Amino acid sequence: MKHLTRAVLLTSVLALAACSNPDRFQGNEVNLGGGAGGPGSASDPTSPLYFQQSVGDRVLFAVDQSNLGSDAQITLDGQAQWLMTNSDYTAIIEGHADEQGTREYNLALGARRANAVQEYLIQQGVSPSRLKVVSYGKERPIEICSQEACYAKNRRAVTVIAADYNS
Amino acid sequence: MMKRFLTLLSVFFCLLGGQPLAAAPLRIEITEGVIEPLPYAVPDFVAENAAAGTVARDLARVVAEDLSGTGLFRDIPASAHISKITSFSSPVEFADWKAINAQALITGAVSLQSGGRLVVKFRVYDVFAGQELGNGLQFAGTQDGWRRMAHKVADAVYSRITGEGAYFDSRVVFVSETGPKDDRKKRLAIMDYDGANVQYLTDSSSIVLAPRFSPTGDRILYTSYETGFPQIYVLDVASVGRRVLEQQAGTMSFAPRFSPDGRAVVYSLTQGGNTDIYKMDIGTGRSQRLTSAPSIETAPSFSPDGRRIVFESDRSGTQQLYIMSADGGEPQRISFGQGRYGTPVWSPRGDLVAFTKQSKGRFHIGVMRTDGSEERLLTASFLDEGPTWSPNGRVIMFTRESQGANGSASLYTVDITGRNLKRVKTISGASDPAWSPLQD
Repeated sequence: MKHLTRAVLLTSVLALAACSNPDRFQGNEVNLGGGAGGPGSASDPTSPLYFQQSVGDRVLFAVDQSNLGSDAQITLDGQAQWLMTNSDYTAIIEGHADEQGTREYNLALGARRANAVQEYLIQQGVSPSRLKVVSYGKERPIEICSQEACYAKNRRAVTVIAADYNS
Repeated sequence: MMKRFLTLLSVFFCLLGGQPLAAAPLRIEITEGVIEPLPYAVPDFVAENAAAGTVARDLARVVAEDLSGTGLFRDIPASAHISKITSFSSPVEFADWKAINAQALITGAVSLQSGGRLVVKFRVYDVFAGQELGNGLQFAGTQDGWRRMAHKVADAVYSRITGEGAYFDSRVVFVSETGPKDDRKKRLAIMDYDGANVQYLTDSSSIVLAPRFSPTGDRILYTSYETGFPQIYVLDVASVGRRVLEQQAGTMSFAPRFSPDGRAVVYSLTQGGNTDIYKMDIGTGRSQRLTSAPSIETAPSFSPDGRRIVFESDRSGTQQLYIMSADGGEPQRISFGQGRYGTPVWSPRGDLVAFTKQSKGRFHIGVMRTDGSEERLLTASFLDEGPTWSPNGRVIMFTRESQGANGSASLYTVDITGRNLKRVKTISGASDPAWSPLQD
């Protein structure tokens, strides 16, 4: 069961990763047909890809902070709505920190951030049983420069959509 | 590997006749912070049979690397030697060693016997006193353990001259790192203190963090994302078998360390976004909560007597160091300087706490007394963190991460005097070192 869940999760993560890589058609507003507008595509509002790209899968934090700013709350309102509409999915909220900090502290800080998102989504009506949290501390940066421009993007909580692991 | 191969035989070699008393004993006081290293000579060991020729040379070189690597000693190269040591039992020509200002002379002999058994003998001389420093010693073991025998020789020399415990025959467990910053692969690995004999303990399929040795070096605690969530594992070094230590649904556990008796583990557990410190009895699996605050409490480390725990907390608003009883209770803050303090580690002697300090955009490794006084910063860089103590409490190893998109992690050592900063040779990136106790 657990293996299946992880396999499904992995597949969806890979799919998201693949689609987030810009290719030469991206930005072209003309739908070229084929599978591009079909179920599961970025234009299907019930797809995890739509959640990632249109709803917005992540919120950012100030240095050492885990409170949610107004931009973050708007994104999370959208996430909550999507999750309540698409009840077949669950989510894992990943908390992250930038590299400017010690390893253990950053793990704890990432957990605070993921938890802040989880609590907010629950307040908006998402069932707690559909949400899990994990912290990666500073282990999984997406931006690699050692400047604030990169740090700002790494101080994040990402809501990763998964197939329902209870079903 | 090579767990029980060394048998230490303390063999008394006959003294070389009556010796005059030395005027001043050959001695280095480490606490002073040695500026001028002590010159010594360690000629190639005498090969007592033809098969021992290569290892006789290699042994002497590892002894020299150990001693000179401390920054306390300086090897006089063979090209400057006047005398050659061709027989282990012949009298030493002290005048020849005095002439090149070798204050200490180390001689040795090696024989490789049937079945791959290696026998190493050595003597240490105080050249200017014209006498042996302590008695000759002999070690025997298997041939593939020759580096350990060299470390044993260097340990004995170091102890005799400094009067302190040594650290060369020790190991380091660490996280081996490969790949770019945004796709880094981490594996648990173990090596000799000098970077030799690397052995991998896990594959790179899961993130692994911050391994820690048990007090006897037989087990390792570490954190792994094997289940998708960080959890603490305990690994048996001999069998490389492992089991999960702490696994409650909906929690994360990390930052484990053994108690000095090896029976308990202190660690952090995160639940509902809040991180506190817990202690678990390894035998029963029963755990006890030691802190209960809405702030982050992590990186706990026992005092050597097991009665107290130093840890970091941001209850004041920033990361600072605190000490509490090993059973919990009200902690005392010990760090009061400018900046943030984390990853405290109690010294083996009990007198100091090593830590990571973050101040004005720089990271430092430092030490302070356990009441917070006499803070000394030993390093400064873009990112230094995670100190670990040498078994004798004189050297600290830590992680240094270089800046930028191509940044990578390496291991460094520095004396607690702040001298002798050196990179440890590793074949890939490396982080999160933990130094073992001196091996038996």
